[in-house]
Parts: sequence; structure tokens; C-alpha cells
Amino acid sequence: MSDKPNDGGVPLPVVPAGATSGAPAELPPASPAGRGMFGNQGTGDVSGYGGLVRQRQPIEEASRPYGGYFDEVRDALEEAYPAFGDAIEKVVVDRGELTLHVRPERIAEVCQVLRDDLALRFELCSSVSGVDYLGADERRLHVVYLLTSMTYRRRVRLEAAVSVEAPHLPSVTAIYPTADWQEREAYDMFGIVFDGHPSLTRILMPDDWEGHPQRKDYPLGGVPVEYKGAEIQPPDQRRSYQ
Amino acid sequence: MTTSNYASEHETDEGRVFTVTGGDWDTIVAGTDPINDERIVVNMGPQHPSTHGVLRLILELEGETVREARSVIGYLHTGIEKNLEYRNWVQGSTFVTRMDYLAPIFNETAYALAVEKLLGITDDITERATTIRVLMMELNRISSHLVWLATTGMELGAISIMLYGFREREYILDIFETITGLRMNHAYVRPGGVAQDVPDDAIVKIREFLKMMPKKLKEYEDLLSGQPIWTERTKNVAVLDVTGCVALGITGPVLRSAGLAWDLRKTMPYCGYETYEFDVPTHPDGDVWGRYQVRLAEIRESLKLVEQALDRLRPGPVMVADRKIAWPAQLAIGVDGMGNSLEHVAKIMGQSMESLIHHFKLVTEGFRVPPGQVYVAIEAPRGELGVHAVSDGGTRPYRVHYREPSFVNLQALPAMAEGGLIADVIAGGASLDPVMGGCDR
Repeated sequence: MSDKPNDGGVPLPVVPAGATSGAPAELPPASPAGRGMFGNQGTGDVSGYGGLVRQRQPIEEASRPYGGYFDEVRDALEEAYPAFGDAIEKVVVDRGELTLHVRPERIAEVCQVLRDDLALRFELCSSVSGVDYLGADERRLHVVYLLTSMTYRRRVRLEAAVSVEAPHLPSVTAIYPTADWQEREAYDMFGIVFDGHPSLTRILMPDDWEGHPQRKDYPLGGVPVEYKGAEIQPPDQRRSYQ
Repeated sequence: MTTSNYASEHETDEGRVFTVTGGDWDTIVAGTDPINDERIVVNMGPQHPSTHGVLRLILELEGETVREARSVIGYLHTGIEKNLEYRNWVQGSTFVTRMDYLAPIFNETAYALAVEKLLGITDDITERATTIRVLMMELNRISSHLVWLATTGMELGAISIMLYGFREREYILDIFETITGLRMNHAYVRPGGVAQDVPDDAIVKIREFLKMMPKKLKEYEDLLSGQPIWTERTKNVAVLDVTGCVALGITGPVLRSAGLAWDLRKTMPYCGYETYEFDVPTHPDGDVWGRYQVRLAEIRESLKLVEQALDRLRPGPVMVADRKIAWPAQLAIGVDGMGNSLEHVAKIMGQSMESLIHHFKLVTEGFRVPPGQVYVAIEAPRGELGVHAVSDGGTRPYRVHYREPSFVNLQALPAMAEGGLIADVIAGGASLDPVMGGCDR
């Protein structure tokens, strides 16, 4: 990954980017400072719990054999797709699900092979969505594709990570037309730009909306509500356990 | 027509443009053939009785023929997925149940299955809880299909079926009310099990329903199936074949009506569906008629499943044994819906300090879910309902995404409508059975 162009002036990570991407274990804690239990910062918390820092176990890259059909899927993909070593950053097997972390610029090629190869046959793109790993990954916006093989009754998850500064990756609408609206939703909610999409516009939010609401640095919003004389803060400002 | 600085007409990329500043209309339109040349753009919705909620369709018409159709959604976007990230895992049930409001039990079950998979307690869910889930899901499938039948009938001019469909659905909602305390938005299926055991009088009600429903189905078919208007409006209308369905990601009854027996209950079973006896109805034609036939047949299959689930109900716990996950309170149905039982409140407030602490911790803080991500899909009345849940190890969801069948299926509308008549847009759109609450979330 050292040959990755330095898009948008982001400093290249010291560790290879692929090695750190994707594992939800590396997520930022819910509170911005990464510490504490109550979510409020700078108030008079004298309990001492405000100093707690949570430790997280990272999710490791899976080693062969993966078990189940996962080995077959990997072997078939490696055979059918010569650029496998370059395109696949990491293979994770967790909770009985196979995740291939794909370099974003390769995602359409990988989908094409997964759909067309006779030994793979992932005909149905079940789901495309985004996840924002703010603070845990340089390339914090992850696009998650869930492919289903109706022939073999298998599922595989593809994950491609892009940065906020250069949130571009190829659209898979030419391969899976069903990704049309789902990519529009990912654009609307996360600001991920799918190059080659026929009409990448907002879909759930109004056309003139500013910002991308599902990003982690986008506030939930809400106004205080008065109920029986007491004022209830909006959910993201309430004091609460984390 | 006045001679002025206005051009009377000019050609643009969009077609011929007339600038009219008075004069005789006939002179202006002379030379254009209104039947063949005129394209008008019609906005159908978002407030329209036959768009199943706030769906907006922009139709470009040439006479009565639809040349282009685009759907505009988002009018019912409520930010449920974002809101989930600010509540703990159990509170999520009350949010997701409001997505697809005709199939709340499915939303809840998919969510609960996803959280349980993240927790790694899928195998610890008790037999009774799973059976109750199947029972509730299949009842919900019937009620959802009944609403489809009712609204589609109404939209195509069969008003009586609307009354009958809603009447029988109300019976199911009564059953739900007996069990969960609420007609809709139950928050009944929760991570770890279900909130409340099924009371005996609900079983009696369900048995009565099972006896009554086949007769009612016969009535519906007597009303509709031989009806010439109904067959005219549905046969060979809005055809979509298997290739089109799979490319557009269409699942559920629409895909099965095109002939592919893809039902997640059979192909990727969950909740023990592989141990039940039922068929997956299909139809070769892939038109609105086929979808009608498939949905009616699915109601019959669901009745079979409900009966089997009832026969399997054995006494036992309905929540996981792990007290770190199971809701501490024994819930009871009071006059204002479901809430904590009075005995439980008396115990934690008057007798056991430890129970109070435990209750407080679990209710305010919630349980921690190990980091990771899962995708769980179930067969909802409209197709594959998938939940992609991500945990960062905390007590709240890091991200929950719903793969809503309404959302994905609505993409098929242009494919069904373009080139057809405008009246068939209604039939085709209705046959997709979109629920905008689920579509927009």
C-alpha cells in the first residue's frame, strides 16, 4: 500500500493502511475524548470514573483454513481474478461471516468476477451501506457490500475504505443495478462518491441538505423538550452511561 | 396573438416550446398532434390515495402511455438508523419496530437476531422464545398480506375487499394486543428472547382465527379471482421476469411470482424454519395476477406454520438465562400497555437492594456487545429484510443498517411502468407492496 497516491494531502499512515482498516474493534470510543463513562466532558464529575479508558481487542486477520465455504470462495476468487493479491487487503472471518477488505479502486472488478465466475456466482447484491469509523481509520468511510449467491446459498461481505478527503470509488451499478438506490443512500448519508453512477443525487434527505447525516461527526440534533415542568435534553446531550 | 418580442415557438432539446401571450389556442397548437407529440409530466403523489403513503412518482406521459417514470422517496425519512446510535441495544427494538409499520415483528426479530449473533448467544435462545417468534412472524405475515390485498383491491376499484381485508387484519391485531399490549409498534421481540410470555387466552384466539381464516380466504377468491375487471387489471400487467428481479435485487413475493422459489426460510433458514412443514408458492407469469396468487397462497402456508408453532409451544422460559443480558423486569400488561409488573417493582424497591442495582445498571447502561459486525437476513412479507449491525464494544449500536425490501423493491417501478398505461402504474406499484415507513426509515 506504500504505492498508494497521497490523495488530498492526507499523511500516509505509518502502518500499512490495509492492516488497520475495517476491524470494528479499532473504533473510537463513544465519548470524544476516548475516556470516561458518562459522556459528559468538563463537568464536575468527581466519581473518578471519568478517567477510565476502555481497552479493546482488535479483530485479527483470519488464517487458513477459514472453515466452511470460505476457503472455496477465496480459492475460486484467487483463481478467477489474477490481481487478487493487489486488490484484497485483508480477509476477516468473524462470527461465521466472511469479509474481504477490497481496495476501493478495485471494487467493481472484484464484484464483476464474483458475479460472473461459475464457481462463485454471487448473483444478488443484497445490501450496500456505509459505516463511518471516525478516529479508528485514516480511511474512515467504509462501504459494505453484502453479496448473496443464490446458486450456492452463500454470502460474502466486501468492505472498501475511503477517506473523507477523497471519498471516491467505482460504482457497481453496471454489475448490480440494484445498487443504484443503495449507493445513492450511502452518498446521501456518508458523502461517499460512487464514480460512474448514473445519477448520484440525494435520496432520503432533501436535495438542498447540507452535510451527510450518518457521519459520526454529524450531530443527532434535537431540541430540549419540556415534560411535566422538567426540561429533557435531546438524546445526544443527556448524561448517560456508555 | 400579439406580435411582440416574444418568440411564438422555438425548438429546444426538450422539444418544442410555445410562448403564449394571448390569442387563439387553436392557432397555437395547429400543426402539433396532441395525441402523439404531446408529452406531459404528471406528478403523482406524494399525497395520493394510491401511492401507499408518501411516495411521489414523476411520470412522463404520452397520451395515456407512460414513457418515463421516476420515483422520489424520502418524505418519511425519520433518521431511525442514526437515532439507534444514541440509544442502548435493547432500546433499539422500540425504534426498529416503527420502520415497516405493517411488519413490525419482522423488524424486531431481524434486529434481535443480529444483536444475538453479535453477542454470540444465538444458540442460547430458548425453544419457546423461538417458537413464539415464528408464531408472531407468521401471524404478522398474514396481516401484512391482508393489508396488501385490501389496499390493492381498493386501488383497482374493488372497495369491498378493502373492508374485508382490514376486518380480518384487525382480528390479528387483536391477537397481538392480547400478547404484547399493543396493536402495532410492539417492541415485543427483544435481544435475548421475547418481552412477555403468550397468555392462554391468546392461544384460544389464535385457534379461533385458524378456524375462521380459510373460509375468509375462500371468500376473497370468490370475490376477486373470477372477477373480469380484476383479471383484466392484473393479468399481463407490470411483468418482471426472474432476470429483471435478481438484477434489481427484488426478493419476496415479487420474485416468487416470476417463478424462482427463493425464500430465505427455506434457502437460508433461521429460527428453526427448516423443521417446519410448509411450501414456497410460486407462479410462472411474473405479473400482478401472479403476485396476487402467490400472496394468497403464502397466507395459507403461514396458517400452516402458525398451527405447527402452536402445537410446539411447550412451557419454558422466553428469555435467555444470562441475567447480564435478560431484561431484569418481568413485564406485565397493564391498562396503558406493557410495563414493569407490580411485583417486580415491589421487590426492587422494598426487598432486594441487589436487584435494584442490577435493574438500574441493566436498564440505564445496558449490556456491552463485543465488537464486530454481522449481517442477518430474514424473509419479511416484502422480501429479504437484512440487518447490518456493527458494534464497537459499547452499550450502544455503532451502526445499524436496514436492508429494507420496500426500499430495494421500489427500484423496479420504472421497469414495470415504462411503456405501459398510466392505470397500470397503480397496479404495478401496488403489486410491489411498498411501505414507505420501511423504505425511508
